[in-house]
Amino acid sequence: MAKGVKIALAGEGGQGVQSVAMILTEAAYAMGKEALYIPNFGVEQRGGVSVAFVQIDDEKIGSPKFKTADIVVALSDRAVRRTTMYCDQETLFFYDDNIEDVEEDLPKNSKKVVALPAIKVAKEELHPRVFNVVVMGAVIGATGVVTEEKAKEALESKLGYKFEQNPELREMNFKALQRGMEIVKEVM
Amino acid sequence: MSVQPQMPKSWRSETKPHKFCPGCGHPLILKALGEVIDELNIADRTVFGCDIGCSLLAWDFFNVDTIQTHHGRTTPVIVGLRRANENVIGIAYMGDGGGYAIGSQHLVNSAARDEKVFVLLANNTQYGMTGGQMAPTTLPGQKTETSPYGRDTELTGPPVQGPEMVAAISGENAYVARGTVGNVRQLKKFIKKAIQNVMEGRGFAFVEALSLCPTNWRTNAEDTWKFVEKDMATYFKVGEIKVPGEKKEG
Amino acid sequence: MTKPIEGEKKVFMTGNEVVAWAALAAGAEIMYGYPITPQNEIMHYWTRMAPKYGRKFLQTEDEISAGFTCTGGVLAGKRAFTATAGPGNTLMQEPMSMAEMMRIPTVLIVCQRGGPSTATVIYSQQETTMTCYGGNGEGFRIVYSTATHQELFDYTIKAFNTAWKYRFPTFVLGDGYQSKMRESLSIYDPEARNIEMVRAEPYVVKGGVPGENRDPAHLRNTYNMEEELYEVIMDHAREYEKIAPEIIEYEEYECDDADVLLVAHGVVSRAAKGAVKELRQDGKKVGHFKPVTLRPFPEKELLERAKAAKQVIVIESAYGQLDKLVKSHLYGCSTPIAQYFRPGEGITIEEVVQETKKYL
Ligand SMILES: Cc1ncc(C[n+]2csc(CCOP(=O)(O)OP(=O)(O)O)c2C)c(N)n1
Ligand code: SF4
Repeated sequence: MAKGVKIALAGEGGQGVQSVAMILTEAAYAMGKEALYIPNFGVEQRGGVSVAFVQIDDEKIGSPKFKTADIVVALSDRAVRRTTMYCDQETLFFYDDNIEDVEEDLPKNSKKVVALPAIKVAKEELHPRVFNVVVMGAVIGATGVVTEEKAKEALESKLGYKFEQNPELREMNFKALQRGMEIVKEVM
Repeated sequence: MSVQPQMPKSWRSETKPHKFCPGCGHPLILKALGEVIDELNIADRTVFGCDIGCSLLAWDFFNVDTIQTHHGRTTPVIVGLRRANENVIGIAYMGDGGGYAIGSQHLVNSAARDEKVFVLLANNTQYGMTGGQMAPTTLPGQKTETSPYGRDTELTGPPVQGPEMVAAISGENAYVARGTVGNVRQLKKFIKKAIQNVMEGRGFAFVEALSLCPTNWRTNAEDTWKFVEKDMATYFKVGEIKVPGEKKEG
Repeated sequence: MTKPIEGEKKVFMTGNEVVAWAALAAGAEIMYGYPITPQNEIMHYWTRMAPKYGRKFLQTEDEISAGFTCTGGVLAGKRAFTATAGPGNTLMQEPMSMAEMMRIPTVLIVCQRGGPSTATVIYSQQETTMTCYGGNGEGFRIVYSTATHQELFDYTIKAFNTAWKYRFPTFVLGDGYQSKMRESLSIYDPEARNIEMVRAEPYVVKGGVPGENRDPAHLRNTYNMEEELYEVIMDHAREYEKIAPEIIEYEEYECDDADVLLVAHGVVSRAAKGAVKELRQDGKKVGHFKPVTLRPFPEKELLERAKAAKQVIVIESAYGQLDKLVKSHLYGCSTPIAQYFRPGEGITIEEVVQETKKYL
């Protein structure tokens, strides 16, 4: 990775986009890279779309927010509508293929628009709860910003206390990460 | 949407569904208030003031002229308005932080001057909008973001008894009550009597409503209701506290 | 009791967490505060950690009270601080004006949000004028504007020392972005870097018996005659001007041969610096000047750079608050000054590049 990567992740509250951003940047930080993560926040967050702005680079990072992203990931219909503003000709736009009635709203100008079967994979093969980890795997697969190993370590440090109680959870999260990395290769 | 029939006429349908969290107490209080505005047919002369706190989310809630003010400053804005136009029915709506902490001087002095305004206050035992810090009404031992080890009354005092305080400093023509979203019919009755008190130019009116904040209490539906009906009721007595020339209810 | 930080360590955290750690490391003994976004988590971290190190916290009924209780803590001889934002900063100006008059070394962390009024809880640089010159005074205050988490940590510690050394109220001017974003930095025990903390001393109850073996403290802020007030203020002014050269801090980036000089403070300077880096790669002679202290302002240093340039551009997330400061300090300089104002909105590298190209 020569140049830095800018990623905007968006979803409904509870879809876990902020956790993905957090784990991703912690993994990058652990690899000795520069990482910066800032959530959106306002007075009506509770009902609003949750957006995480992530930047990972080899050099010091400039402004905390950005106008356009290299990668946008939208996990709900409202998130799709909210994030098209972060797209330009360089942007890779991912949305979950489970989202309905957004064809009209998908960005027209971006480099590529890709439907990810993250919800489907999580539901059918794993557990709906690890849906966000599948998404994280997809982002890692598409960008190579962090290694699988560091991502696993970051998951461990964030969720280790849960893994202790239930080791199956660890397996499931690691599997979700892998599957995410795989599906993105399949659909790109 | 087809839930329209339940909506008070004074509610602005264009801004529904409202912006409060699911399970929040604010909309229950505002429903009672909306129905009273309908019943008294006063939408044309009512001015609704909302504070900064989750009450600010009600800035476009009613088909009633509305002013969003500053945190704690709704009472003086409405008082100033009512002083300048006596035809106005002024309602100041706020949270417990807005009324009992930052705006307490305004509540105390407006009550003491017997201003002809109605102050309606939602007590959810903490600061909702800013993410759940301790408020004057936080229960002893209750964990909040700024009392992470539980409220220590030795260091921070006991929960503020708002209506009792207002009753103690206001004149004999003031109306003071504490209702709860656990009994909306009664709450509505209190709100109606409070508005009538200022409509008739009799005196100050104050109603505290025990409210719900599942988001910051981090409770499910069952525990939310348990908290308001059991825990809060232990410290905050529901009923009328001061009724001009009348027998109290509750 | 163990130290909050042993030696030095690398961490990845939010700015609000950084401030809480810095205050702990600096030996702050008590925080006073009132909730407001985006400052809240400073209190949240403080209330969780402080009791473990024997430090205290008081949540007050509003910011007027948070500011005045903080002056009380300082008068008692404690390293005391408070933190606020936006409309809370407005209310803070009354106590800070008393601190200015009575030379009370309070430390206030400001997490700027949108203004005026309640506006947004997010971000801006619109509290620059108020933090530098708020209240009915002359702005005899020290204001550090930070751009990175490292600076936030360094200058929060330094603020306690500057305040107690010079006895002027001291401010760390951050913003909502810095409060909420996560990035890496080194946190450290000041001792590990040979930073000596200036001793805090009581103004009252200093031991002894007033009138017997010491003079009583008679602290005031009210004067009977114009002449008296004039003397007091002129004393403050002389003192402030004398110490200013020791306090002033700034950063220059590629300024040596710069034709176009970008002036920005706080988080916006990250965009300015990024833009300079990019434009330099195309061989454009662009440089960036960042005042770290806004009060006192690095006047001489900026003037020198501005005179050597062909164009100055002031870039800020406000409508001319830094611009006003810059212009007042560049009096007599004939280099044209242009503006890029985005009140209440973040500024990116791309925007600055685009804007700067207009002048190249
Ligand atoms: C002067 C000032 N200080 C602080 C704030 C931040 N603030 C916004 S809402 C709020 C508290 C909300 O709590 P409450 O009044 O109890 O109402 P709730 O949100 O619980 O309904 C605070 C402290 C502000 N807007 N202005
Ligand atoms: S935070 Fe609490 S008071 Fe505010 S809208 Fe949500 S539930 Fe209601």
